[in-house]
Amino acid sequence: MAWFKKERPESAAQEAPAKKVKIPEGLWIKCDNCKEIIYRKEVDKNLKVCPKCDYHFRISASERLPYLVDEGSFLEVEDGLSPKDFLNFKDYKDKLKSSRKKTGLKDAIISGEAKIGGKPVSVVVMDFNFMGGSMGSVVGEKITRAVERAIEKRTAFVSVASSGGARMQEGILSLMQMAKTSAAVARLGQAGLPFISVLTDPTFGGVTASFAMLGDIIVAEPKSLIGFAGPRVIEQTIKQQLPGGFQRAEFLLEHGMIDMIVPRKDLRATLAKVLDFFAA
Amino acid sequence: MPQEYLEFEKPIAELEKKIEELTLFTSNGGIDLEEEILKLQKKSDQLLAEIYSKLSPWQKVQISRHANRPYTLDYIEAMMTDFVEMHGDRAFADDPAIVCGMAKLDGAPVVVIGHQKGRTTKERVIRNFGQPNPEGYRKALRLMRFAEKFNRPLITFIDTQGAYPGIGAEERGQGESIARNLYVMSMLKIPIVTVVIGEGGSGGALALGIADRVMMLEHATYSVISPEGCAAILWNNGAKASEAAELLKVTAQDLFQMKVIDEVVEEPIGGAHRDPRRASELLKEAITRNLGEVRSMEPDELVKLRYEKFRKLGTFDQL
Ligand SMILES: [Zn+2]
Repeated sequence: MAWFKKERPESAAQEAPAKKVKIPEGLWIKCDNCKEIIYRKEVDKNLKVCPKCDYHFRISASERLPYLVDEGSFLEVEDGLSPKDFLNFKDYKDKLKSSRKKTGLKDAIISGEAKIGGKPVSVVVMDFNFMGGSMGSVVGEKITRAVERAIEKRTAFVSVASSGGARMQEGILSLMQMAKTSAAVARLGQAGLPFISVLTDPTFGGVTASFAMLGDIIVAEPKSLIGFAGPRVIEQTIKQQLPGGFQRAEFLLEHGMIDMIVPRKDLRATLAKVLDFFAA
Repeated sequence: MPQEYLEFEKPIAELEKKIEELTLFTSNGGIDLEEEILKLQKKSDQLLAEIYSKLSPWQKVQISRHANRPYTLDYIEAMMTDFVEMHGDRAFADDPAIVCGMAKLDGAPVVVIGHQKGRTTKERVIRNFGQPNPEGYRKALRLMRFAEKFNRPLITFIDTQGAYPGIGAEERGQGESIARNLYVMSMLKIPIVTVVIGEGGSGGALALGIADRVMMLEHATYSVISPEGCAAILWNNGAKASEAAELLKVTAQDLFQMKVIDEVVEEPIGGAHRDPRRASELLKEAITRNLGEVRSMEPDELVKLRYEKFRKLGTFDQL
């Protein structure tokens, strides 16, 4: 969660992480990675990827959809779920309110049915702009329902993760969403249906340690930060500087933790190819 | 190991020291102070019962981490026989922060897995302070499958501040190793009983905790984040952990109320660390009783009920 706020600039300039969550308004924007000033429209046209250095800007769930599913195929499942401050946790109500205002979402995820390469899928996309994409009861429930819909309709399940981890403000019940979503994915597997997990910048904590790492195929966007413990926590524990490139998608690929790194522009086509394998 | 006293136990420590002095004086041939000793002992017992009847969440957190508290191996030794420890994940290493093996509980074979903390400084380092690496979770996974293969019930003990945050842990997929256990445990066709015996620290604890019966000892805690970590995020001040512990609702009693656990297992007055033998007896009774309830169920029924048990966890508004 909080460790994304104050990220230490890494030794290698190439690896500089994204500090901004959203591309700021205005005609010109500065790339978080190469620091070049770029014409905003050029970035938009390029799927929110820096044309100079190929840096993939963090994008919202609704911005993600066009790069993920077939045009016009997404049908949101509006199940009326909204988060509840049942612990009366400090500032939670205010945080929910400001996140709702900022994103127009009820919580940090959208779910629905769509097609990818003409194949029907049940899909969820997390949104980092909503309380760091943290997983509480609503996020866990929506993921579980989406998996159960996939089982019911005998389709594949696709998730796009972007999260700081479990949502502290819902205490132990957030932790239990890890159990719930993982058990749902296990049922999907038992039903012989595929799960494609897409990891984006950043994916951490209880999301990495549950459904997101359980894909039959795991795909990540270039240079995404992905891990269990946050880099700051690790640094404080081991009292050493972390090596350059640590917890980047490329690091995970090298260590055998993911199947492939796919640039945003190729994401939908890659998923279509993968889905075709299961459909045939 | 000498009894260590927490800050709020200090008044008891003083009384106990006094009793010890008087006992020593008597046994050294001084005046017989038996009556005085008995009076002090009674006072000490009353004080202990009083302090332990109104513990704050933060005090419970401290007890759950108490250096004298029984650990997994202590409970195995006290309540089981014929324990054979098994080692290694068959892929990378053996992780001493998790112990597991085969054992007998009242003569019946069981598989047992638990986090293990160290008692001495040296042992603490070897056990990595009870913080597992991925190979620990994968060793546990191997034993879970082993239990299923040979149709033996699985008993797990949870006692960790969390999975280890280190470079090697990330290289070897800490997240995946925890996730895989959640996945596999949810489908195991054998009865599973879990007890949080001390600290239930986040995902690293949950990785051994998908069970048909989930229990917590009376003074154990279970939380999504440590109170210190939560306080650091909320107030930029880890010292406010006591307030964070209140907010997070981490005690066995809180979790029972939220229906996250099935049972709170009573500890001896003054906590398990004051009478480990009695604590083991109480825990053994709870484990055998709960195991007895799930043992006779059909495997498919067990898995179905286990799914539903975790499926329903969560609180939200639905319009
Ligand atoms: Zn750039």
